[in-house]
Amino acid sequence: MDALINGLIEILKPIGITEPVFQFMLVNAILGVSIYLTLYCGLFSLANAGFMAIGAYVGVILTQSFDLPLFGALLGGMIAAGLIAIPIGIPTLRLRDIYLAIATIGFGEIVRIMILNFDDFVGSILTLVQGERVRFTLIEGARGIKGIPKLTESWHLILFLLILMFFLTRLHHSRLGRAMTAIRQDEIAAASMGINVVYVKNVVFIMSAILAGAAGVFSGHLTRIVTPQAFGFDKTVDILAFAVLGGTSTWFGPIVGGLVLTALPESLRFLKEYRGVFTGLVLLVVIVYLPGGLINTTSWSKFIRRFTNRPESPPDENSGHSTTRAN
Amino acid sequence: MLELINVSRGFGGVQALSGVSLSVPPQRIVGLIGPNGAGKTTLINNVSGLDHPNGGQILFDGQPIEKEPSHRITRLGIARTYQNIRLFGEMTVRQNLLVGQHSLGRANILEAVFFSPRYRREERQYRARAEELLERFGLASVAGMAAGNLPYGDQRRLELARALATEPKVLLLDEPTAGMNPTETKALGEHIQDLRNDGLSILVIEHDMSLIHQVCDEIYVLNFGQIIAHGTSDEIRTDPVVIEAYLGRDDDGAA
Repeated sequence: MDALINGLIEILKPIGITEPVFQFMLVNAILGVSIYLTLYCGLFSLANAGFMAIGAYVGVILTQSFDLPLFGALLGGMIAAGLIAIPIGIPTLRLRDIYLAIATIGFGEIVRIMILNFDDFVGSILTLVQGERVRFTLIEGARGIKGIPKLTESWHLILFLLILMFFLTRLHHSRLGRAMTAIRQDEIAAASMGINVVYVKNVVFIMSAILAGAAGVFSGHLTRIVTPQAFGFDKTVDILAFAVLGGTSTWFGPIVGGLVLTALPESLRFLKEYRGVFTGLVLLVVIVYLPGGLINTTSWSKFIRRFTNRPESPPDENSGHSTTRAN
Repeated sequence: MLELINVSRGFGGVQALSGVSLSVPPQRIVGLIGPNGAGKTTLINNVSGLDHPNGGQILFDGQPIEKEPSHRITRLGIARTYQNIRLFGEMTVRQNLLVGQHSLGRANILEAVFFSPRYRREERQYRARAEELLERFGLASVAGMAAGNLPYGDQRRLELARALATEPKVLLLDEPTAGMNPTETKALGEHIQDLRNDGLSILVIEHDMSLIHQVCDEIYVLNFGQIIAHGTSDEIRTDPVVIEAYLGRDDDGAA
């Protein structure tokens, strides 16, 4: 497996993708799937960065303070994120669309601010209990936890992603997967098919949180430092961009979105300070010309027609009389 | 089978249903007619758990269900169709029928991941039942099409088939023939009678009187949220109260 990965890195090196970049691409692919799950069920949730932070901190504390191996930390981070998703999901998932987005952004901010003040908070409680001033340091507030060993290996990420892909294909062939699609298309009709809409939404939210938590654990052991600033609102927007670029018609879309959007700024290093502009431009072009995302056959066929000036084929029955279309 | 006792539902100042009592006996087709805004759809919404009454009781097999949410009512055995079709438009016709069988299965996601015997057995049953329904409603040739692209009549039939996929004991049909031509209406009427003969109890809301007279064993007439008449098709047709509700009173008294 190692030889295979090294070979792949050698091939990718000329376009600016070194092994660390490659690893971040894979982490971001996991994040893409995390937001895909909620979008697939019609939930516009932006809590992913918050759950990623929880996963990262829990994972890093488990390996650093409790000497657990990465696998143990991974499980711990996933479980922690999943458990926290339960009380968050039950009240917020009653909200729809933009309201859910706002509520979940709020959750992300709460996580970030709690991380900032966690040590002082615990310290002041200990001070009260013991009657003398106690300094408590575990997660170091805004300074972040430093000196984390780089435990995440490429094969961990590839294996995780492969298992995840298998899980997703199975999901699509299961009752739960069909229920998720049904809820996205028509919640009321889904309920009258006997689908417990609230339950399914919560399960999906928890699954999404678990994945974000896993991505957090991996990234914490890649960057060697975790700070609350890394999991702010801009991270949430990045994650959403993976889903927008790749498209959410299949699970493969957000994976590609995560890979491409992470690789792009590195491949464009020769553009120096303009590379951000170019990345933004790519995103904009995709949104305008391929509204279904990169991985969507219908949006590509529309795109190709647009530039070959062919009429819509096959002509649909309703507009069969007119051969020309406005524009 | 299904019994409403003094069911009321008000929205602010509007009393959509006031003290409605009706019953759908086993293996009967009960029609519910009434002018626009009489509260017919509100009544079906209340029975199917989409909305809940302010007062009164709804009994299904003697068990009160007026507080149950939609999905629980479906699981108990009451299925419905909608006046403005609510199919899963992006799914194929077959997938719509698979979703309809959601509540019949028990296999969870882990069983699907590991191909457990129960998962495989259930999936086989879903597929077989879907094929059966496709055949029965003449949808086999369009099974792979997106439901949203079907012609209107097919969409109506698919919605009925999907409601049947939940294996109901009682079926609530909200204007099943809206937008259908007379031939399609007649064919649908025969389908509804077949379903009754298979053992279903059916409550049908309809504007098309030809369907009502074709299929209904008994009819309730609703006006301004109240039941104003109840009887067989012939009794309703000649009831002066019903004629007044539909056509208005003849003030001059001259016939």
